[in-house]
Amino acid sequence: MGSEILFFFEVLVGGLLAGTMYSLVALGFVLIYKASATFNFAQGAMVFFAVLSFVGFMELGLPFFLAFLVTIGLMVVVGLSTERLVLRPLMNQSEDTLLMATIGLGYVLEGLAQAAWGVEVRRLDLGIPDFPIMFIADSIGIFISALDLTAGAVAAFMVISLAVLFTQTKIGLGLRAVADDPGAASSIGIPLKHIMLLVWSAAGVVALVAGCLWGARAGVQFALVDLALKALPVLIIGGFSSIPGAIVGGLIIGSTEKVLEVYIGPFFGGAIEGWAPYVLAVFFLLKRPEGLFGEKIIRRV
Amino acid sequence: MFNNLKRKLFIIATIIGSLSMFSIPQNVSAGAHEQYFPIASSRVGPYSAMGTGYYGAQIDYMNYVNMNGGVNGVMLTWQECETEYNAVKTVECYQRLLEKDGQRIVVFDTLGTPGAYAVINRMAEDNVVLAQYGYGRTDGADGTVWPWVFNAASHYWSQIAVKLKFMAEIEGGIPNMEGKKIVHLHIDSAYGREPLPAMRAITEEWGMELVEISIPPPGLEQQSQWLQIRKEKPDWVTFWGAGSGMNSTAMTNAARVGFPRDRMMYVTFGAAEEDMYPAGDSAVGTYAVANALPGDDFPLVAAIKEQVYGAGKGNLADESRVGSVYWNRGLGAAVMWIEALKNAQEMHGKVGKAVTGAEFRDGYEALNMTTERLAEIGIENMVAPFSISCENHEGAGKFAVMQWDGEKFNQITGWEAPLDPGYIRSLVETSAAKFAEENNITPKVCS
Repeated sequence: MGSEILFFFEVLVGGLLAGTMYSLVALGFVLIYKASATFNFAQGAMVFFAVLSFVGFMELGLPFFLAFLVTIGLMVVVGLSTERLVLRPLMNQSEDTLLMATIGLGYVLEGLAQAAWGVEVRRLDLGIPDFPIMFIADSIGIFISALDLTAGAVAAFMVISLAVLFTQTKIGLGLRAVADDPGAASSIGIPLKHIMLLVWSAAGVVALVAGCLWGARAGVQFALVDLALKALPVLIIGGFSSIPGAIVGGLIIGSTEKVLEVYIGPFFGGAIEGWAPYVLAVFFLLKRPEGLFGEKIIRRV
Repeated sequence: MFNNLKRKLFIIATIIGSLSMFSIPQNVSAGAHEQYFPIASSRVGPYSAMGTGYYGAQIDYMNYVNMNGGVNGVMLTWQECETEYNAVKTVECYQRLLEKDGQRIVVFDTLGTPGAYAVINRMAEDNVVLAQYGYGRTDGADGTVWPWVFNAASHYWSQIAVKLKFMAEIEGGIPNMEGKKIVHLHIDSAYGREPLPAMRAITEEWGMELVEISIPPPGLEQQSQWLQIRKEKPDWVTFWGAGSGMNSTAMTNAARVGFPRDRMMYVTFGAAEEDMYPAGDSAVGTYAVANALPGDDFPLVAAIKEQVYGAGKGNLADESRVGSVYWNRGLGAAVMWIEALKNAQEMHGKVGKAVTGAEFRDGYEALNMTTERLAEIGIENMVAPFSISCENHEGAGKFAVMQWDGEKFNQITGWEAPLDPGYIRSLVETSAAKFAEENNITPKVCS
């Protein structure tokens, strides 16, 4: 294989692997959207809050797994507090109101995290090397690290788990009913509050997992909040309410932005991967506003 | 009606509360024998590690000065405003901090090139010194065009020239640099591109190939940039990032594509412990330059630890960061403020009194930080000796090269100047003259 073609495939594979990392963040958004039809602007802050707390607990002396479990507990408390203090008072309000509330929630979580744990950048060592696996590098000439493969495997596991939860369980059925019509769902006895608590807690756990993988690569720090900006085009392309869509959208965004950056970027002075995914997202909004896997909204007029 | 009134009161209280949260008054009752300073800090957000250390040191030093009787009896006051390293918020903070109790600020330090560019044109009009401590607009070093702007200590063009000189020494001399390839990997901003005019000129003169690759902020994902670097196979990479996320990610990505870290040279604003720690083993071997060296055994640093932190008045929650790169850099900047204030008091017959912006500017321009003076202050070898003149607002123009060993930076060169400082100066003057011509500015004549 020619070196140019090999390089192209390396860029492509690198983009796909980066895409799985975006998907992990996007999954948290999908969970909330499926239950409340709200774009949760606080998801990036939740990622930061979760992983910073996890590292903070380890600094306090808790062993890795205990710190992970305590952080999951903390994220459930965040979910509970959100349901009690934000969502319940705003029940039956418009989607725009909820959207604004999540923006506020994001700021609160950012501030809380920094106030509680400080602003220093932390290192997170998951014990998964982020160096090229030499066997793969020597045999096919593509540099892939164990962390890349772990991120892909974790993303696949979470998609399957969440897909099973949503399609094969009563909880999932309840979630879909609440998303479709909260009033009707409530009237037939679906416990709205429990559903919301469950969803926000699940989104918190997804945020923790995403934060761990991103934190292991880039350090645990405030910039993780900005991951939300990477997830937005993923969701537009995959569909806000589709779990498989989050993965497919992530793969499309990851691979497209990398290929465009390497081959088209130099003609624009570089750094086009910051905005190129949004151009792609706008294209999708024009041609297929519900995304690849989103539910088509039909309104009677 | 009562509900309406309650609602209005609530809104007013909320607005007042929000405003007071934005500017945190600290020690602000500026009077005749007090000198008021602005702290446009960046304690939260992606650049918090930099802001907490740098501005923390400035506050610690002002506390230290006050605890020792002030500046000839003049006590220092300050007020803090959070910019989050955002240019728009920097302008807001500048406006908010500009005056307090009838006293105007005499100096402003944005700790960021975008913020410096945002306020630079206000300086002459407001009579405020823009102190760019190793950052900001490079041609501000020409005091004839920019009388209110200072680059001390040392600007980006000198920095890139020192780095190229260091690389040439490693490669066995300038003739060996011919045909070598260098990648300038930078954040996609004015700050990232700031060294390019000097870098392009020097690499062209030396027969090198320069490849420019930019990273969109926040830079947590740099795979495509590093794949390009792997394809280009450069001999060296100069990294000009901002924020610990971007800075540490560059090293982990270099490790992922197998690029040797001892062929990477980091910018001063990526050259701190907080930038290195998150990258773990991937950071080992990375070169960086400093305009203020880290270390807590400098006498002044030790005195601040003992006196200020000993009294429980330290600004940093984590005292172990005292003596780190960013903290010492902030200390170096604050020392210059106080030395300039002393100069201004003496030059204008105002010993024991507050000075105006114009008087402070004169004091700043008269800075002469000799080795002896630095030793008296207690920061000998922490910064290079320097002086400022009417024409030259850069100061030393020198940097020390350091290398990260996984735990700390080790200084591996002394204070190095560019190979040809005169050439760098000519680039500065050309750029400043062009700006003056475009903006109808008549350069000041220095006697």
